[in-house]
Amino acid sequence: MIEINGITKVYEGIRAVDDVSLKIGSGEIVTVVGTSGSGKTTLLRMINRLVEPTSGTILIDGRDNRDLPGHELRRAIGYAIQGYGLFPHRTVAQNIATVPKLLGWDKKRIESRVDELLALFHLEPSQFRARMPHELSGGQQQRIGVARALAAEPAVLLMDEPFGALDPIIRGKAQEDLIEIQRRFATTIVLVTHGMDEAIRLGHRIAVMDKGKLLQFAAPAELIAHPATAFVADLAGRADRAFRLLSLSPVVDLLEPGEASGEPIGAQASLKDALSEALWSGRAALPVLRDGAIVGRVTREKLMARAGQPQ
Amino acid sequence: MKGSALIRLLLLVLLVAFLLTPQSFRPVFQPFAANGAPAIYTQSSLLALTLSHLAMVGVATLAAAIVSIGLAVLVTRPAGREFLPLSRSIANIGQTFPPVAVLALAVPVFGFGPIPTLIALFLYGLLPIFENTLTGLTTVPHSVQEAARGVGMTDTQRLISVELPLALPIILAGIRLTAVISLGTATIGSTVAAKTLGEVIIAGLISNNTAFVLQGGLVVALLALFIHQGFTSLEARIGRQAGAMQPAQ
Amino acid sequence: MSAGFDLQATTRRGAGLDRLGVLLAAIVAAGLALQPFCLFRANRIVAAKPVGLLSALPPLESQIVLGLIVVASVLLLLRTPSPLRLSVSVLTLVLLAFAIGRAGVYLTPSSNTYARVAPGGGFWFAAFAFAIALADAAVRLRMPPLGRLALLALIGGALWLFLWSGACDALSILREYANRADVFWREARVHLFLAAGSLAAAAVVGIPLGILCVRVRPLRAALLNSLNILQTIPSMALFGLLIAPLAWIGAHVPGASAIGIAGIGIAPAFVALFAYSLLPMVSNTVAGLESVPVQARDAARGMGMTARQRFMEIELPLAFPVILTGIRIVLVQNLGLAVLAGLIGGGGFGTFVFQGISQTATDLVLLGALPTVALAFAAAIVLDAAVEMTRPMTSASARKSKSLFERHDE
Repeated sequence: MIEINGITKVYEGIRAVDDVSLKIGSGEIVTVVGTSGSGKTTLLRMINRLVEPTSGTILIDGRDNRDLPGHELRRAIGYAIQGYGLFPHRTVAQNIATVPKLLGWDKKRIESRVDELLALFHLEPSQFRARMPHELSGGQQQRIGVARALAAEPAVLLMDEPFGALDPIIRGKAQEDLIEIQRRFATTIVLVTHGMDEAIRLGHRIAVMDKGKLLQFAAPAELIAHPATAFVADLAGRADRAFRLLSLSPVVDLLEPGEASGEPIGAQASLKDALSEALWSGRAALPVLRDGAIVGRVTREKLMARAGQPQ
Repeated sequence: MKGSALIRLLLLVLLVAFLLTPQSFRPVFQPFAANGAPAIYTQSSLLALTLSHLAMVGVATLAAAIVSIGLAVLVTRPAGREFLPLSRSIANIGQTFPPVAVLALAVPVFGFGPIPTLIALFLYGLLPIFENTLTGLTTVPHSVQEAARGVGMTDTQRLISVELPLALPIILAGIRLTAVISLGTATIGSTVAAKTLGEVIIAGLISNNTAFVLQGGLVVALLALFIHQGFTSLEARIGRQAGAMQPAQ
Repeated sequence: MSAGFDLQATTRRGAGLDRLGVLLAAIVAAGLALQPFCLFRANRIVAAKPVGLLSALPPLESQIVLGLIVVASVLLLLRTPSPLRLSVSVLTLVLLAFAIGRAGVYLTPSSNTYARVAPGGGFWFAAFAFAIALADAAVRLRMPPLGRLALLALIGGALWLFLWSGACDALSILREYANRADVFWREARVHLFLAAGSLAAAAVVGIPLGILCVRVRPLRAALLNSLNILQTIPSMALFGLLIAPLAWIGAHVPGASAIGIAGIGIAPAFVALFAYSLLPMVSNTVAGLESVPVQARDAARGMGMTARQRFMEIELPLAFPVILTGIRIVLVQNLGLAVLAGLIGGGGFGTFVFQGISQTATDLVLLGALPTVALAFAAAIVLDAAVEMTRPMTSASARKSKSLFERHDE
């Protein structure tokens, strides 16, 4: 659990982060979204004290993050950044082993942890251990960057635009991997991004920042349905918010008994996909398939009702 | 910025005044001349030595620039490209030849006088200009090259109106390097009887007269400073023009 | 760069003549036909008499040598594989050295100690052409650093063996050497001490100064600017200007003269070389530290490395190749500049150069200049290889895993 209380950072008279307070639960993914200069990165960097706040406090699991010297605090918190920051003169294994080595783990434990992480990120250990960063593709470098951040099994992982440099297809895969890993280890993740799509896709809750201020901190559906300000509404995308809203829930949410004809749709597909399919094929209802059997249907009428503004 | 420009102007005035009326600076140098030795070099006119020194550097640098730019253009064209790696490594090897050794090795072949000095300055001056021209020509952004081809420029048009203008600041930096190094190296030419300011320094070394060493050294250092300054501001001006044409990057 | 290599590979393959080979063969032919292979002097002072290759050696020998040179030139002329060109160039250079040595013995009457035989234009042209062929073959083979070092050691060893065997003792330059062998080695030691000692001192002072410059911004501009100005003072003048202050220190500071500080001799030369070395050391240290990627720095901090750990484990290792490049620049520059010490009685190979110039004795000039060039050249090759090996992009482990990588993908 991370508790940010009235944190403020002033740079040369400019309030980069202005009195921000928020609580992040254990095992939660919080995405911080905003334009460049909104203060989102500064906020992130104050959590592991790469930036010291001008005022306010940050508690991690109830302890003030200033209780420990900065470098010791940072060893306990994972940190992954845009551009990855892999050390070009060290092998993949040495890169991943950075924090465990700083913490004085024994050699055996480090080795097995490195191999475990490589396998977790679908990189064959025997093949990748000894490679140098410049011999990796962008997607591989990104995975090594996250693996390195997770090496010492931190309870909290801070990520600053970690997927910013990836092309859309690889980015989608990397986001899936991250969700998978977060489920597995229940790591608390704070992720900074400038893309609302990414924020919605990854975040259990989204913090929207602008000019140093926290405008809204809410779950994706809430943010789309009830944007706190015009700025948040713009960022959430006025034009396609109906579809964004639909994309948040699976078909199973609107499952009802009954029959329908034609090609069935999977129960875990998004409502957005179901509506699109219904419109495209001109059907009023689609059969729903779960575990190989038709379990009911979803109607176009209900889908359209769900796409409307929640009351 | 303003202050340093003022200092430079002052130094220039002092230099010109010293070269025109060296005797009026006698009190400045007298403390460095031991045992009542003459404080100002009078064997030859300092002005004449300076002009001859500059002429030698100028001629050698000009010749080196013409030859090495031509050579660099040649090895970056499709027809000469197979010589590019080799010319690059020859340039690297050549750079390791000490200027004094080049001078010393030129004497047996060309005898005493200005010729070995000119040859040494020319040979040693080739490398920085060649190297920089190569860098300039080979680092023209790919997109710019493609755009030039795309609008239908011939190879020659591309060279003249795209590649060379973009490479110009780096080429100028090479010429500056050559000129400044040559100014210093030319002083050594006096050991083989070339008329340069080195004559004053050597006279000081032989007669143990620091005043001579000082005046010879200071004049060369000031010349180097002005040449360096002149070229850098020219490079900056051209760089700014080129930069204005390019998208910000 | 690699595009150039590929292009080169395609244009060079196929039937026909090698364009560089044509040029080199022409140089060899013109050199041997138009220039004397060696120069004969009845004594050290008189004008030289040019001697062609065919009359420089006993008849049969000279024909064999000429024949071999022709064969070698033809091999360069044709499009032959690079390893063959490399071996042909090395062997021909050895042959040329052997021939010039034999010419010395053959042309000098056995009892005559005044006669001098020196290599002539023909020899130098041929040697130049085959040296270029050697460099070209080495470039085309894209020899890895260790391969280049091995080649250098091989050539150096061959040269050493050759000189040591006495095969060239009749040549004028070695006569000059024989007359002053003791002095030669003493000056060689002085030369090396001046070049390497001043480099070591500059590294000890310059690297910490560079580190300081990166941390204290205002210091940086001031220091680099003043070192830049120092660099514009002509080397000869700087050597001279140090005489007076060092003489004063030697005379007035207790203990200074005991460690060799004096107005003449080694001290001013050492201090001048030190001063010239400082700028490349400081500026390369600054450039190296600034070349460390910002993200790597940020990641190192973000993962909890202390300032000291970041410096020792990330910044310094990543800056090291650039600092080493600075050391390379300084060493090569110092080996050349140390010649000037000869002007102010500081010793080194410059002693022979300037003695030779004042006596118009070419061989003496060569005795000083050739070892200087050879040392600078060898230093450049060794340190270039070292720089390449320490760069993370091309380090040994990277190459090893890279080749694994390639094999896997095939």
